[in-house]
Amino acid sequence: MTDLQGIADRVIERAQPGEQIEAFVMRGGETEVRVYEGAVEHFVSAQSEGVGIRVVREGRTGFAYAGTLEEAAIAEVLAEARDNLQFGTVDEWAALADPDGVAVTEQSLWNDELADYPTDDKIDLAKQLEKLAAGSDPRVRVDESDYADAWAESAVSTTTGIRQSGRENGCYVSVSTLADEGSGDDAETQTGFGFSVGRSPHDFDLDKAATDAVERATRLLGATQPPSKRVTVVLDPFVTAQFLGVVSATLNGEAVVKGRSLFRDRLGEQVAAGCVTLVDDPTNPLAYTATDVDGEGLAARRNVLIEGGRLQRFVHNSYSARRAGTASTGNATRGGFAGTPGVGCLALSLVPGERDQQALIADVDDGLLVQSMQGLHSGVNPISGDFSTGAAGLLIAGGEQGAPVREITIASTLQRMLQDVVEVGSDIDWLPMRAAGMSLVIADVMMSGR
Amino acid sequence: MGVGGRSWSLVSVASHSPRLGGVIDQDVLERVLGGALATGADFAEVYAEDKRSTSAALDDGRVEQVTSGRDRGAGIRVVAGDTTGFAYTSDLGEHGLSQAAAAAAAAARGGGGGVRTIALTGSPAHRPNTVEIDPDDVAKARKVELLRRMDDAARSYGGQVVQVSAGYGDSRKRVLVANTEGVLADDDVVRTLLRVSVVADGDTGMQTGYQTMGHTIGFEVFDAVDVEELAREAARQAITKLGARPSPSGAMPVVIARGTGGVLFHEACGHGLEADHIQKGASVYAGRVGERVANPLVTLVDDGTMPGEWGTLGIDDEGRPTQRNVLIEDGVLTDYMWDYLRARKEGRPQSGNGRRQSYQHLPMVRMTNTFVLDGPDDPADIVSSTPKGVYVAKLGGGSVNTASGDFVFGMTEAYLIENGEITEPLRDGNLIGNGPKVLNDIDMLGNDFAMGSPGTCGKDGQGVPVGDGQPTLRVKSLTVGGTAA
Repeated sequence: MTDLQGIADRVIERAQPGEQIEAFVMRGGETEVRVYEGAVEHFVSAQSEGVGIRVVREGRTGFAYAGTLEEAAIAEVLAEARDNLQFGTVDEWAALADPDGVAVTEQSLWNDELADYPTDDKIDLAKQLEKLAAGSDPRVRVDESDYADAWAESAVSTTTGIRQSGRENGCYVSVSTLADEGSGDDAETQTGFGFSVGRSPHDFDLDKAATDAVERATRLLGATQPPSKRVTVVLDPFVTAQFLGVVSATLNGEAVVKGRSLFRDRLGEQVAAGCVTLVDDPTNPLAYTATDVDGEGLAARRNVLIEGGRLQRFVHNSYSARRAGTASTGNATRGGFAGTPGVGCLALSLVPGERDQQALIADVDDGLLVQSMQGLHSGVNPISGDFSTGAAGLLIAGGEQGAPVREITIASTLQRMLQDVVEVGSDIDWLPMRAAGMSLVIADVMMSGR
Repeated sequence: MGVGGRSWSLVSVASHSPRLGGVIDQDVLERVLGGALATGADFAEVYAEDKRSTSAALDDGRVEQVTSGRDRGAGIRVVAGDTTGFAYTSDLGEHGLSQAAAAAAAAARGGGGGVRTIALTGSPAHRPNTVEIDPDDVAKARKVELLRRMDDAARSYGGQVVQVSAGYGDSRKRVLVANTEGVLADDDVVRTLLRVSVVADGDTGMQTGYQTMGHTIGFEVFDAVDVEELAREAARQAITKLGARPSPSGAMPVVIARGTGGVLFHEACGHGLEADHIQKGASVYAGRVGERVANPLVTLVDDGTMPGEWGTLGIDDEGRPTQRNVLIEDGVLTDYMWDYLRARKEGRPQSGNGRRQSYQHLPMVRMTNTFVLDGPDDPADIVSSTPKGVYVAKLGGGSVNTASGDFVFGMTEAYLIENGEITEPLRDGNLIGNGPKVLNDIDMLGNDFAMGSPGTCGKDGQGVPVGDGQPTLRVKSLTVGGTAA
């Protein structure tokens, strides 16, 4: 680790007068095991490393990266970044982050047990999971059963005085299932998935992953396309997490300063129902994407974005904050060494409510339990707010789960959906995503079918 | 890449064991591959790439940043029976390659073997594309200038335009593939890409327009493409949608404009015809070769050799020359798409569809350029013979569940059809259908074929560039996911 910080430090030592330099250095590895019909289908084991260098001078920014840490290559990257700088537009707000004095919340992001976990045991986990998922229901086959882990260490140094380094690792297992019913022209196949995440393989709940995968696939068998109507939807936790991901695009400080957020002029206003409190908290160790520092090396922190339905705050990195006349909220994102920091939520969650999914459903007279959404990238426009996705799930009638439905879409607008939230479930689930999930009830959504 | 000139095509002169474009010697490859079989595996492969890229982004009137990238490394795959081991390295020296080979071989333990001697035979280069101007030889200032032109054109199109973001990207990727079956092949793929997105603001809130163009040819493409027109088109879309009404909801006829609906076939059947899904029984098209799966109007082709198209390659990422594959002919399913592993299992030839995102990824079955050939109908008749429905002028992305066949795709510019005429613009939304049903429900097919915009196809976490195309067509019933009754 120290050696990565050393590499980053040596880059910024080469800064010339009037120049700001940021060096981000990273090294990481991954293991992926896929099991199919009791045998290893593939086993991937690899390491990679690289450096990204950003140079700011007289309001212009240049960037370059390379997937290597060879000295000669690093020198070339710095030269490229300097060369690229001359083509940027002068921007009065362009600058690297300055240390802001916010203390880093110490977290244990590294697990030795995982780092030392034997390869054969990883393979066994994937085999066990396949067996569990395939064995419980004669209609169910397993498409793939995976074990995956990854580790990364990184360091960032800037001429503005930021020096941060750290390492983390994590792992998950996942299984995807196929459930078959009928034959000939009536043959039907539905799919399901389940997973479990952990800092260590000992955290896994294989039974739950298998049960989820089997249930998700089998409960859709016999699904038909219902007629169109307006309904109250109950989103499964996984679906809610995806929905929050879309909402977060509207709270992005960069979108706000560039006029692309539909909430840009609404700070302090009631943008959601009173039961909605939305928090981004990467310091919560339960969050899969928990982190101690953000992509610019500032302390990650808890930010309340919507409180009791009122819009409280947008998330910023140092650039968007400077333009907005505020301070960074520690929300710089970085996808690796090949890009510059963006802005985004790091670990979102709604504050959970009081009741579980069953209780929420019991209050719905005419509705739809949404098990999956399809096409979030194609039918949702976070700038206009138009929301339309494919869906599959179970009808709800008189407070009871009913017939499975497929080939439907659910549609509304993001603005209305936030206002139409009826209740937030208590069943918080920490998913391998940037947002946690829980059941969420939203009224007056158009379900399109036949 | 500095050393060894501009191409890896030297590889065909195998007898002198030359340096492959200055990167890996042939005798090193032979030793690494031979060693990879030491644990008893039956197949090993080295995939090496050296990629340089430049991108530039303009947003909010400013050229925010020019980025240069260098990605270089090799992925080594070792197969023993049904088990594949894979490792990658950014060290293209013999030591790095041998280490990665050992890691991959350990992962794919066979029944014990011993080092085998491998003799590689270079194949003649297959280069469907011609590159006149290597983007690396073009001044960055000229690339940035394209962005300014788009920004100016979009902003001057109408006062409602409030924001413009534009991007330029080029890359040159040299690829080398060698395997224990003696394959030694290379490729040199240049890509040039432009994108522009526009936000317009009006009484009913903001709307967006988006255009993109991408080719596997050099910088000369910008002599032929009207860059300003691309930007004006995005601005027109955004402004048009300011007056859009909520989309209808429910099943109705849908007409899809030429060169925009390729994504429909990509999702409705393309993925379902990939042999990996077929072999696991995870596709609605499994076991259906020779059967009618689409309206007889439909002939579907996947062709990795179309000059200049976004999904075009000389070789696939397993060293197999790309080719033209007819998948559906006059409505009858003729074949699936194949990579090395799936073809080997079936004892049949590969189809040039083994692709991967980079040297850090395992290859799998992927599409290249997927399109439907012309049909008999005059496009004007298709609209005029539709009393009520939706006309989609531009589609967004899509996705499919290959096992159930249910797929969605987004419409980013659409209109109502009333009494055989295109009328009011509609707000964005998704459409949903079931692949086999929709293929049968294509009841009119135009004679105005066009290729569409460049796409990135995602599968199992990997993105690869793909192209698509089709003539104007009508699906007699698709579910439109709007909010209006």
